[in-house]
Amino acid sequence: MAKTTKTSKISDTLIMENLTYEEALTELEGIVESLEGEQNLLEDSMKLFERGQALVMHCSSLLDAAQLKVQKLVGESVISFEEESE
Amino acid sequence: MQPTLFSSIHLTVSQLTFHIRKQLENDPTLQDVWVEGEISNLSRPASGHFYFTLKDKNASLRCMMWKPDAARLRINLQDGMAVEAHGRITVYEPQGTYQLAVNLIQPRGEGALYQEFLRLKAMLEAEGLFDLDHKRPIPELPHVIGIVTSQTGAALRDMLNTLRRRLPLAQVILAASPVQGVEAPPALVNALQLLNYQSPDVILLARGGGSIEDLWAFNDERVVRAVAHSKAPVICGVGHETDFTLCDFAADLRAPTPTAAAELASQTTVDDLYAQITQHATRITDLALNLVAEQKALVSALRSRLKYVSPERRIQSEYQHLDELSRRASSALTHRIQLQSNHINGISKRLLSLNPEGILSRGYAIITRKEDGAVVSKVSQARGELKVRVSDGEFEVKNEK
Repeated sequence: MAKTTKTSKISDTLIMENLTYEEALTELEGIVESLEGEQNLLEDSMKLFERGQALVMHCSSLLDAAQLKVQKLVGESVISFEEESE
Repeated sequence: MQPTLFSSIHLTVSQLTFHIRKQLENDPTLQDVWVEGEISNLSRPASGHFYFTLKDKNASLRCMMWKPDAARLRINLQDGMAVEAHGRITVYEPQGTYQLAVNLIQPRGEGALYQEFLRLKAMLEAEGLFDLDHKRPIPELPHVIGIVTSQTGAALRDMLNTLRRRLPLAQVILAASPVQGVEAPPALVNALQLLNYQSPDVILLARGGGSIEDLWAFNDERVVRAVAHSKAPVICGVGHETDFTLCDFAADLRAPTPTAAAELASQTTVDDLYAQITQHATRITDLALNLVAEQKALVSALRSRLKYVSPERRIQSEYQHLDELSRRASSALTHRIQLQSNHINGISKRLLSLNPEGILSRGYAIITRKEDGAVVSKVSQARGELKVRVSDGEFEVKNEK
């Protein structure tokens, strides 16, 4: 049921680092909707809020750290690419 | 030809020249003509007009180009250059010469290339390769962006800089390929194929500006088909704004330049993403604050209600009741005592007023018979020795009657 899904998500705090930007964003959007729905117990809501804040931090740091990764295709393999400096 | 009876026509030079001019200038073939030849004797005086000769093995043709047309030339004319010139024949009467008044010049072969372009375009269009329904949308937030272009050159550098600025979250895979020359088309086809094995979210096909010959690889049928059949959507950014190649038509999206292609691939930028998560952050904070405020209000209301029905309050209430009762009791008692007191006072006063001693002070006397102490209240009783009591004592009197 919906409630068990939420609580199991809440306990997944440990796996934050492995979330891609999209996954984190999707979860964050889900939390916003859930909190707007107002069907949660107060304690659950507070946990969701904390999780939401953690996700915001995670997304921000992913954006801050992002550096365009450029690779080159040689045949069927992908190798790192050194650009020519102009 | 029959000899005439009359002699040949006699004309002046002017008349003859005018006649020649009329002939030439009324001939439609000569008034809208493309001529192929080699440039020589090129002259570019200060007036801005151009003068040159077009020649081939057996003949030569004087040409001139008016300043406005000359200024519009995209190519740099040189002696020895093989060109195609378009214009009309005019006659310059003072010198008795004819010339080609040129309005367009292009390198030789370009005309032919353009024809080929039109032919291919019509053919591929008929096959449906350029149909709008086949075009796929570009993903809003691509993870993997493929690029097919030359490894050297400004196009790649510009695209990478654009992507780095707008969407550093993304990953780029370059499939390098020559972009002109005979080796280009098969290399481009191969690049597109291999790149698609990596399943990118979008592919950028790009090349910097150049002439129709330089860009010709992107009109090659094999390349155009590869673009149309690419698994990943293709954004084509070849040449300058005004250059259109068949790949542009076959691609899912056309960009005017390589930089623009990179921009179209990164519709959602980091700024947009930051704004999005900031919005979410604000939203959940507001929701959480609202929730807490709501609960606080609820608890506060309950606390008030609880206070109202608590034993403490009951006890207080009872105390108050008790106080009230005792107050009423004591006031009732006081009242009663007061009443009694008044009553007694009343009686007392009456008694006082009835007190014989009181009467005495008012000047009355009590007369008693000395012998038996009986009070004399009638005249008949007042004989013999009498005691008279007044307010401050007694005295005796004798009534001898």
